[in-house]
Amino acid sequence: MSSRRIAAISGLLLVALSAGASPAWAQKGPIKIGFLTQMTGGGAAVGKDMSNGFMMSLEEIGSQIAGRKVQAIIEDTQGDPAQALTRLRKLVESDQVHAVAGIFLANEGYALAPKVDEYGIPTVWAVVSADDLTQRKPTKWAVRTGWTSSQPNHPFGEYVTKTLGYKRIVTIAMDYAFGWEQVGGFQRTFEENGGQIVQKLWPPLGTTDFGPFLAQIKRDADAVFAVMVAASALRFPKQYQDAGLKARLPLIGGGTSFDEFVLPSLGDEAIGAISPLIYSAAIDTPMNRRFVKEFRTKYGKVPGYYGEASYSAGRWIAEAAKAVGGGVEGKEKFLSALKKVELPDAPRGPIKLDAYGNPIQNIYVRKVEKKDGELWNTVIHTFPNVSQFWNYKPEVFLKQPVYDRNYPACKYC
Amino acid sequence: MKLALLPIIRAAVPAMIFFLLLVAPPFLSSFLLTLVTQALIYAIVAMSLDIILGYTGLASLGHAAYFGLGAYSVGILATRYGAGFGITLPAGVFLALAVAAIFGLVALRATGVYFLMITLALGMVVWGLAHRWVTVTQGDNGISAIPRPDLGLPWSLALSIPFYYFALAGFFIAFWILRTIVRSPFGQTLVGIRESESRMRTLGYHVWLHKYIGFVIAGGVAGFAGVLWAYYNGFVSPVELQLATSVEVLLMVALGGRATLIGPALGAAIIVFLKNLVSVYTHRWLLILGAVYILTIVYAPEGILGAIKWRPKKVKPKTVGVEDLTEGEIGGSV
Amino acid sequence: MEFWVTQTFNGISYGALLFLLAGGLSLIFGMMRIVNMTHGSYYLLGGYVGLSAIWRGGNFPLAILAGALVIAIVGIVEWNAFLKRLGGQELGQVLTTMGFALIFQDLALIIWGGDPYTIPVPAMLSGAYQIGQLYFPVYRIFIIAVAALVAVLLWLVLEQTRVGAMMRATVDDPEMARGVGINVHGISMMVFALGALLAAVAGVVAGGFVGVYPGADFEILPYAFVVVIVGGMGSLKGALIGSLLVGLLDNFGKALFPELSYFTLFAPMAAILAMRPTGLYGRA
Repeated sequence: MSSRRIAAISGLLLVALSAGASPAWAQKGPIKIGFLTQMTGGGAAVGKDMSNGFMMSLEEIGSQIAGRKVQAIIEDTQGDPAQALTRLRKLVESDQVHAVAGIFLANEGYALAPKVDEYGIPTVWAVVSADDLTQRKPTKWAVRTGWTSSQPNHPFGEYVTKTLGYKRIVTIAMDYAFGWEQVGGFQRTFEENGGQIVQKLWPPLGTTDFGPFLAQIKRDADAVFAVMVAASALRFPKQYQDAGLKARLPLIGGGTSFDEFVLPSLGDEAIGAISPLIYSAAIDTPMNRRFVKEFRTKYGKVPGYYGEASYSAGRWIAEAAKAVGGGVEGKEKFLSALKKVELPDAPRGPIKLDAYGNPIQNIYVRKVEKKDGELWNTVIHTFPNVSQFWNYKPEVFLKQPVYDRNYPACKYC
Repeated sequence: MKLALLPIIRAAVPAMIFFLLLVAPPFLSSFLLTLVTQALIYAIVAMSLDIILGYTGLASLGHAAYFGLGAYSVGILATRYGAGFGITLPAGVFLALAVAAIFGLVALRATGVYFLMITLALGMVVWGLAHRWVTVTQGDNGISAIPRPDLGLPWSLALSIPFYYFALAGFFIAFWILRTIVRSPFGQTLVGIRESESRMRTLGYHVWLHKYIGFVIAGGVAGFAGVLWAYYNGFVSPVELQLATSVEVLLMVALGGRATLIGPALGAAIIVFLKNLVSVYTHRWLLILGAVYILTIVYAPEGILGAIKWRPKKVKPKTVGVEDLTEGEIGGSV
Repeated sequence: MEFWVTQTFNGISYGALLFLLAGGLSLIFGMMRIVNMTHGSYYLLGGYVGLSAIWRGGNFPLAILAGALVIAIVGIVEWNAFLKRLGGQELGQVLTTMGFALIFQDLALIIWGGDPYTIPVPAMLSGAYQIGQLYFPVYRIFIIAVAALVAVLLWLVLEQTRVGAMMRATVDDPEMARGVGINVHGISMMVFALGALLAAVAGVVAGGFVGVYPGADFEILPYAFVVVIVGGMGSLKGALIGSLLVGLLDNFGKALFPELSYFTLFAPMAAILAMRPTGLYGRA
């Protein structure tokens, strides 16, 4: 090695060392949180809701925790898992963040999970709901403050048989993991309580014309359970109504089929639809009323669960950081603080984590109703303290495979 | 005479770049290092496309398919069967070669715009399979937790610097293979075919066979890059195969300079860095990327290396009214 | 029986939608041989412009008109400033039009935000006609009607008018056309503008059915190319038959083999191209 190169390398090492985190210095620098979401491309609106919710939670506490400034660095995953990985690398290696939050697509979550553990970076899955991230493929360094896809549908399956009295149901869900997990959770409890799923339809992602599927729906069922997201949630109810189905078969569905993200753009065809979710903008608590009012004033739209979950994720991180007195450099301690946080007054209600890092929270059964010319998800029933495993023992639940297209099997089809 | 033309410069500059690549790691932040690693892998894809685009004159809109096939081979074999590098590498390259061999039979029945369309369709078929054949590819979720290969070396490839050298080695190997090909008589024939197919045919060359072999090799090298990419990210998803990726690789070749091999590698580096560094400063990086696409064609249609007159300019005989006729239509009019 | 009738009707209405979309591309790509990756963006922007028109108090026909005119202008600018010089250079066309597609995608995000919207349709186009147990949504019938109207108008213009003859001459043989005194640049510009206009109309009409949302541009782009390819470039009849074929194939494919959905669409495209590289009704 030439002496010049030795000098260069030593120089660089010195700079690196002095810029690195030694406790005395670190207390003076800000707490840095990386927030990963999709800011461009198809899911950009979701990403905006998420970053807005997250930033709002930080602004409410003056961007300060335990006397230390908080800095959020928002990175665009572009809806591409490989980009998400690159952004994570940047946040951890370049920006030296103390924690990472965000993510809403399942494939991004699965791509990041091994890297999160490799880095040992405390991570908060804010919205991504892929079941296995806190079940069969848990990440040691991550907690979830959102939900699992099947979580709201377990109690809903029971509700539909017992309270709504539907016994024979056709499911129609987007053909990817989210759709499968939502249907799986619903089917399980629905059939355990005497119901029968008589048909399962799976339109591929990106279907614009549901005609081929609507034509196949068995007309002798009691209701149709639809799992749609974003643009598909927007077009489905109208096509459903125009195919003459709404009059004969009540429409119920997963929470994303009618959530606040699409509700403003839906018309009267959505009125009466019943769905379960962790949140509704119509939850009548002082905390939520305040949250909805503030979000609406600041960002011009009623918050949906994307906004609420990211807001709560921000508050979650703040609570954990407070618990370690602002010393977020101690990664292990910060992580265990994250696992112990409880938010009794999140806009959606009380949240605390189960042993697998997923929230135990209220599940709201909502009905789309028109109030003052706007569509709202009125809460018609609340299931308190619902975990991702519902009433099942975790060990038993985890022994069976993750819900997919063919599990549970369609016995009555 | 442009400075760039001097043979000394043309030989020295690549050598300098290779040297820099060899010694770079200690001087780069780890994030920059991962970007360079990405650039190296995409450079391999871009160079492979250059074989059919730059040297043979065939623009393909489905090249990402072979990249993806290599990546998925690794994903499936490594996670489901625990296969090591010794199996995944040949499997990935072989799958890409095999599919290119089949697709080539279909695609090469056409040229120009039709070739573009057929390759588009074939690329979409592979993308569709990756999306929908869930039992094999896990569909939209992708395949994750692909472990870095264990080559029995004293340095674990799970660390960024050893993996960088691993990717660099891959890049050197690919570059050497492709350069050998383009400098060989086979490569010269490809160039001749690009200039005028009918002329080559009258000279007795088996035009279709040359194009076919070039096409298959290009696919195989892209598959090789895909293998490296899967190990780099530890993850593979249908996004790697989408139309936008194929178009992006076209841009890399056009931006850097066709038929130079180094040009496309340079183009790949520029695009990778652009996408990653611009988005740090603005969320409007799509606008900028779009502008780059347009500005490249407007101001540097021969790419950067073309603009600095890297390649000696070919002399074309002048024909009247040639600007209104397409190349495909005049064909071998000389 | 109910199944087959409904599915066929759905397939035809979807094919009609595709024809509106691909009709424009058939002109630009099929006739002018310009590989236009921006075509999806014309569709998207047309929908957004129509949406804005309605938000500002306009009615549905006005929305269609607004979308058509604005996008025609956009198309003219793009063609005049950039594409005009790229005749025969497929790579240049792909990259330039792709660049515009990305720029338009981001502009749409900036101007209209990323939330998904539907275009509110007039009450008389909502609901469905009921015949026995069969429902025929009015809007689908509307789409078929619009597509049929456009097809007839295009045929009339191209085959029966002088301007149409000049258009056909220009795309068949620009040299000769210029030789007989046709304003080749002017006519080419008109054809391109017409293609963009049709895409925009498709965007507004489809907007009432499938919505207007980011990502729609790249979602429908491959479909548009499939139709033009399958139907054959340079042939309006081919585009019509191609769209009906694709609409029916896609519909029945989704109904009968939903797991293979993209495959059922692109594999036949590849197969047809393999046998006839110029498409079903194409001229070389």
